[in-house]
Amino acid sequence: MAFLKRHQVLERSPTLLFVFSLLTVSVGGIVEIAPLFYLENTIEEVEGVRPYSPLELAGRDIYVREGCYVCHSQMIRPMRDEVERYGHYSLAAESMYDHPHQWGSKRTGPDLARVGGRYSDAWHVDHLMDPQSVVPESIMPKYAFLADAVIDGEHIEDLVKTHRFVGVPYTDEMVAAAADDFRVQADPDGDWDGLVERYPGAVVSNFDGQPELTEMDALIAYLQMLGTLVDFSTFTPDPSR
Amino acid sequence: MADKQEIDDVTGTDTTGHEWDGIKELNNPLPRWWLWTFYGTVVWGLAYTIAYPAWPLINSATTGLLGYSTRAEVAERIAEVDAQNAELTERLASADLATLAPDDPAHRFGVAGGASVFLAHCSQCHGSGAAGVQAAGYPNLLDDAWLWGGTLEDIEYTVRHGIRNETDPDARWSEMPAFGDIMSDEEIGQTVEYVLSLSGQDHDAAMAEQGMVWFQEQCSACHGDNGEGIRELGAPTLNDAIWLYGGDRETLIETVTYSRFGVMPAWGQRLDEEEIKAVTLYLHQLGGGE
Repeated sequence: MAFLKRHQVLERSPTLLFVFSLLTVSVGGIVEIAPLFYLENTIEEVEGVRPYSPLELAGRDIYVREGCYVCHSQMIRPMRDEVERYGHYSLAAESMYDHPHQWGSKRTGPDLARVGGRYSDAWHVDHLMDPQSVVPESIMPKYAFLADAVIDGEHIEDLVKTHRFVGVPYTDEMVAAAADDFRVQADPDGDWDGLVERYPGAVVSNFDGQPELTEMDALIAYLQMLGTLVDFSTFTPDPSR
Repeated sequence: MADKQEIDDVTGTDTTGHEWDGIKELNNPLPRWWLWTFYGTVVWGLAYTIAYPAWPLINSATTGLLGYSTRAEVAERIAEVDAQNAELTERLASADLATLAPDDPAHRFGVAGGASVFLAHCSQCHGSGAAGVQAAGYPNLLDDAWLWGGTLEDIEYTVRHGIRNETDPDARWSEMPAFGDIMSDEEIGQTVEYVLSLSGQDHDAAMAEQGMVWFQEQCSACHGDNGEGIRELGAPTLNDAIWLYGGDRETLIETVTYSRFGVMPAWGQRLDEEEIKAVTLYLHQLGGGE
């Protein structure tokens, strides 16, 4: 078994040991991560997926800031029980503009991947203000302060530009209109035609029912669009993928 | 180091040549069972990557000899259960609920399945026991009071199209004006005293007398001359003790001043035909069905 003693060659040379250790630990990344970036079946094109509107993007930042992902996943796994409860299993393309994605790994609360449109805006306000008022068995903390946090979208253009920098296809027009789109999405009386043209399917509503634009508006705008972009009555995923 | 083999005198085993303070490390081979188990797992691992999708190639990955796919599997599982229920599902989906006998298997199937649909989709607003949260504007579905009607047909329509949503043009719709823009605070106060009197609550009789005039002028078109409500308009009954949002003076003033605008999503856009019918049957048999 002389061959099995050859490991001593590596163990006696720090340089060789280092090089081979590096190669060994790289294998995981090389065969498991790198191919995902070029294999065709991992980058499925799906109609309807669009970048987040400025208000949704701001809401998403609040979602990340408050650590919603710690208790809520956004990943409906391809299993019958999950599909029956939450809706169609999540597609990779649905989080293609997520930086970072909010798949999560823990479900203290329910999955939110398709929560959009499931409840009324007023329910979201009631629920975020005091979750136990509508779901007595809930252990979710209260987020009433969001309704008092007025936001003006001062840095919204920079936020959109940053997302463009990391690869989200925001056009120059979208960047230029970011501040207006940010405000008008929470103002049903405003001129929001441009917004809906730029971001098809964007819901325009005074989400929190208050005249001011608050973090509550932004977060609910984000929640109300989750999982709504792909029309599964016309799109059937390729089963081999 | 151990270029030369050194045999330990006591055990007769090779040493590794490492020595600390006179203590030498024996170079015992790994146990055979351990070594062969290890080789076995390596072979198993390789076989696994051949049987299942694994190796990344140029444009795609190997699909595996077994042809396994997560998506195909979940589709198969769902189809399996659908096939088991096909007969009942079909019968329920095409049934006319009003004439479906309560002892019909499809009826029982609907009530049982409707309970699951309710818990997954409706309980967040209406409560897991369907008692609602009246103070927040989510109606109780257990009692006899119905805003839009409690027959099977009415319930089915409400579930399918929802209330005051922007997504379904056939949604039930009625909108109470915010009377804060129309009437003065004093007039609203008088009207509220009259409304309090309708349900026999403590009220200021003098104010209520004037309030009755405002009520007949502004409110009775929807809520009826005596506050009995009009279902076709979704206008609630005001002369009983059942209140959405609350029936005390303070809440009524708020309701009349700012109005209310409860929204229910159109579940026809999310649920299957048989799921809508199932939850309708479930709600109807909870106690208040007409």
